[in-house]
Amino acid sequence: MARKLKQVDAVLVGMGWTGSIMARELTKAGLSVVGLERGAHRAPAEDFALPGIRDELKYRLRFQLMLDNGTETITMRHMPDEDALPMRRWGAFALGDGLGGAGTHWNGVTWRNLPSEFVLRSHLEQRYGRNAIPADLTIQDWGVTYDELEPYYERFEKLCGTSGKAGNLRGRIQDGGNPFEGPRQADYPNKPLIMSQAGLIFTEAAKKLGLHPFPTPSSNNSAAYVNNEGQTLGACQYCGHCEYFGCESNSKASPNICIMPVLMQDSRFELRTNAYVKNLVYDKRAKKVRGVVYIDRQTGEELEQPADLVVLCAYPFNNVSLLLTAGIGQPYDPRSGRGVVGKNFCLQVMSGVQIFVEDEINPFIGTGVNPAALDDFQGDNFDHGGLGFFGGGYLYPSISGGRPIQVRATPPGTPRWGSKWKEATTEWYNHTFPISAHGASYSWRTNYLDLDPNYKDAIGRPLVRMTYNYSPNDRKMSQFLTDKAVEVARAANAKIIGTPNPRTGDFDNINGQSSHHTGGVIMGTNPRTSALNRYLQNWEVDNLFVMGGAAFPQNPGYNPTGTIAALAYWSANAITTQYLKNPGPLVHA
Amino acid sequence: MADNDVPRRKFLKGAGAAGTLAATALAGGLARAAEMPAPAPATAAPPANEPLLTLTADEAAFFSAAYDTIIPADRLSPSGTDCGCVTYIDRQLAGAWGNGGKFYRNGPFLPAKPEHGYQLPLTPREYFAAGIKAANVWSAKTYGKSFDRLSAADRAAAVSAMETGAAAFEDFDARQFFEALLQSAMEGFFADPMYGGNRNKVSWRMVGYPGLPATWGSKAEALRGKKVTIEPQSIADFS
Repeated sequence: MARKLKQVDAVLVGMGWTGSIMARELTKAGLSVVGLERGAHRAPAEDFALPGIRDELKYRLRFQLMLDNGTETITMRHMPDEDALPMRRWGAFALGDGLGGAGTHWNGVTWRNLPSEFVLRSHLEQRYGRNAIPADLTIQDWGVTYDELEPYYERFEKLCGTSGKAGNLRGRIQDGGNPFEGPRQADYPNKPLIMSQAGLIFTEAAKKLGLHPFPTPSSNNSAAYVNNEGQTLGACQYCGHCEYFGCESNSKASPNICIMPVLMQDSRFELRTNAYVKNLVYDKRAKKVRGVVYIDRQTGEELEQPADLVVLCAYPFNNVSLLLTAGIGQPYDPRSGRGVVGKNFCLQVMSGVQIFVEDEINPFIGTGVNPAALDDFQGDNFDHGGLGFFGGGYLYPSISGGRPIQVRATPPGTPRWGSKWKEATTEWYNHTFPISAHGASYSWRTNYLDLDPNYKDAIGRPLVRMTYNYSPNDRKMSQFLTDKAVEVARAANAKIIGTPNPRTGDFDNINGQSSHHTGGVIMGTNPRTSALNRYLQNWEVDNLFVMGGAAFPQNPGYNPTGTIAALAYWSANAITTQYLKNPGPLVHA
Repeated sequence: MADNDVPRRKFLKGAGAAGTLAATALAGGLARAAEMPAPAPATAAPPANEPLLTLTADEAAFFSAAYDTIIPADRLSPSGTDCGCVTYIDRQLAGAWGNGGKFYRNGPFLPAKPEHGYQLPLTPREYFAAGIKAANVWSAKTYGKSFDRLSAADRAAAVSAMETGAAAFEDFDARQFFEALLQSAMEGFFADPMYGGNRNKVSWRMVGYPGLPATWGSKAEALRGKKVTIEPQSIADFS
């Protein structure tokens, strides 16, 4: 049996962005908080130092900062009637591990969702009619609006020192910014990063087509910055080693440099690393979570941490797993569409086309955030009438480094080895980049998460089973967005245009997509169709809150971190200003 | 050292004599590199004596022949073997990754679709051992010799047959094996030289990748669109 520890006010499972934000807000409100992190402690000054951090093999190919698949992975199948097989090694995506979580190895792309995304079903029904939405497209409203989240988006941008250019300042469209974004109260805290050659080519081509390119919002800081927690961040060095790597110049915002130094000075907060949470302690009769049980990986001992408030801040897979093993909430059934836990699992639908140009691209002088993007084909920024799909994405020149094990595209028809391959690689290495579409993943009836009946993790728990494939909506959207990427490629005076790769086949575990998983514990307006209310509070267990991408009812065509963090601040505000005064449901169903 | 006149396994076993020749070439190459302001021409040579950690002589001979086919010596770079790719794979297969590190190995092993990715219980070390045996059996059946003893033209034809799936190995997926072999060659060729391949940063010189420290800062603007010609540096250069 687990040894029971002293009761605390709040226990957090996972210490990435949402865990760190929640820990800070709850301790500020006077609560005693324990943060449990499955992985190791990570200090950028020691763990992300030069020269070793510039190691493509170790960090990108061997997943140094990622969760050990030997400990835990997921299983995958395309449809509910198939057997799922384990992802034995990361491929299409990779999940983070250690203090800071994905917040250490992300690229730093920091978007806000379009206002219409938060009321997606209502918006589309109003514009296109109720019958236009296919029955299997299980999209929902979020229960929170853009205007409600706006101050929290701004807080996160000021935490990170996000670089960018406002496109809509208090309703006024700004030259050079994203004209499609929702109104913001403040411009970005840092000006945009230096545009790369690929960014210039992309921008010029897009303008020729009458589109609206702008600098991509980036939490790789363009200049040194003191954030709203008093922490000093550095300036981006354009090193080309961002995603999958830690940042040695402290210019890529991470929980480790933006919040942790403040938390570590706070006696109300205790960080426990190597604390592998096994299960929730659920009192079914009282409908309260009493705490969590975890394994201290340094002693092997099983410990129970009792707490009045439990906040799940892990990755969507783990948040779903903890709810399902505890028996909290009805598991989703893809046949009937009933149940909520595991529902509306989404990823991201990526595609693009490689272009080969005269210009010196110098891909190795790169930032994690590709510096230019356009949002003309995002969300419902264009008329979907007669197109046969909903959703969209942003287009961008997707080159963030020139690390040569992976970044060395050659024109179509080039052999993959031998002297001809070497010649083409040498000729084109510095003259090519992809124009990509970062597409939405709108929820589909048969895409969901549950527990696998065959496979277990290192501590004997069932692996999470991911039933997922590209939906008919995804495929049509992907074709549309890829065609648009090709139009930009044509306008870019490319010498050669590669073979476009819209998502026509089945989802595969092998080829890189994105680690932007969402859904499974979704927020919404109704306990029959969502697991969480608008404050990310569980509908049936009022002392349980669930953070992260898991709460997204569907995934817009943006990198999710900005919205994940804004939701964490929004939820923390509801806890500290409403829940603590009167613990109980914040929304009455 | 091409073709079947000098059997490759003998070459590897007798690394002493060949190594001396190569070491002389290396000294010359490095001296030239130091004198030149612009990137030196791609040269590489192995350290004088480098015992194998895990590969058998047959396996080393196979990798050497395969890497020299995938990365042939030409005006752009020395051969895969001379770039250190065999040393690279030997070290990788001897280490954590080769022996199943960060790899989920629990059963059951159910029938898989290609989209599931790698699903065998074999570690990379075991996988290459079995794959090389299967490749050599197939090579002997098809060409009358093990793969490393084939002529350069036959080796290229054999690698092509593995790539397209025309080669039918016994109880082993030849195409999947080709992909693993190609991936290991590219890793050895392009990874930081501290892993044993990419000797003298030959591949980085070849494509114009400047390596470390990559703290470009405000130079990002000044260098935008311009050809960057600097001597590449690796992790060892800063250690």
